[in-house]
Amino acid sequence: MNVNIAELAVGQDIGSRSITVTRTDLVKYAGASSDFNPIHWNEAFATGVGLPGVIAHGMFTMGAAVQLVTDWAGDPAAVVDFQTRFTKPVPVADTTGTPEAGAVIEVSGAIGALDVDAGTARVDLTVLSSAQKVLVKAQAVVRVA
Amino acid sequence: MTINPDLQGRSYPAAEVYDVGREKIREFARAVKATHPAHFDVAAAEALGHSDLVAPPTFAIIVAQRADAQLIEDPDSGIDFSRVVHADQRFTHHRPIIAGDRLVAELHVDGVRAMGGGAMITTRSEIFALAPGDATDAAGVREPVATTTSSILVRGEGQ
Repeated sequence: MNVNIAELAVGQDIGSRSITVTRTDLVKYAGASSDFNPIHWNEAFATGVGLPGVIAHGMFTMGAAVQLVTDWAGDPAAVVDFQTRFTKPVPVADTTGTPEAGAVIEVSGAIGALDVDAGTARVDLTVLSSAQKVLVKAQAVVRVA
Repeated sequence: MTINPDLQGRSYPAAEVYDVGREKIREFARAVKATHPAHFDVAAAEALGHSDLVAPPTFAIIVAQRADAQLIEDPDSGIDFSRVVHADQRFTHHRPIIAGDRLVAELHVDGVRAMGGGAMITTRSEIFALAPGDATDAAGVREPVATTTSSILVRGEGQ
C-alpha cells in the first residue's frame, strides 16, 4: 500500500490492533535487543525493586506499537521519526504453559498533522494496557508520497 | 550513591563497530511482532528499492543502549542500573538501517537534572555507518544514519 498525502486528513483513523504479550515474548525481546534487565524476566527481582511483578520492556511496547504504522505506510523505511514517553509499566502475568496472554496492548493510530512541503504525515498512537495509557506522546513521522 | 552532576556535556567517542546482520534483523523483527516482508525477505526489500533487509524503526536501540552502557558502567557516573527506569525515547532516521551496515555510535550526555533523591539523565547517540571496507572509523567517511535520544530516571533511595 502506498499512502498519498492528498488523500489524508488530520484526525483520520489509520486502524488499530491488539498485541498479546507473554513472558516468553519478553525473553525473546531481551535476547533480540540484548536488554537483560531482570525486571523483565525475574519475578522475585522485579518485586524486590518495588514493581508489581515482571514488566514488559518499554522498548518492547514501543517497538511493537509502531508496527501498525509500518504496515499502514507500506515500507518500514518510511518511518523517519518515532518518539514516546513511557508513563506506566505493562505488568505481564506468568501464563507459562497455558494459551493465555500475560498482558494485552491495544494500539490505535490517527493522523495528527500533515506537512505537505516535507511530504510527511505524523501519526499519533494511543497505546493502552488494562485501560491505562502506557505510552504518551507516541508519535511517528512517516514519509508519504 | 548520588549521580555525578559533571556528567552533563560529557561524550564518549564511537567504540566498537556493530555489524547489522540479516538474521539479527529477522530476530529483532520477530521479537517486536513485526511481519512486514521487508524485514525477512531480501527480494521484498529490493522491490521497495532497498539494497537488503530493512531494520524495524526501533532497531537502533541495540546500538544506542550499547553506547549508553559506557555511561551506566562508568564507575564515575554514580548510576545504579537496577534503579534505572526508561522515561522517554526518540529515533530520528537520516536513512534506514539496512543489513550489511557497519554502525558506530557517539554518545553525548545532554542533560542531568536532579529529581528528588534521584536524577533524570538525557543521552543522545549519533549513529553513523562506516564506508564499506573501512576497518575502523579512524579516518573513514561516516554517513549519518540515526540520532537517538533517551531519558532515564535513576530513582533515588526510597523512590
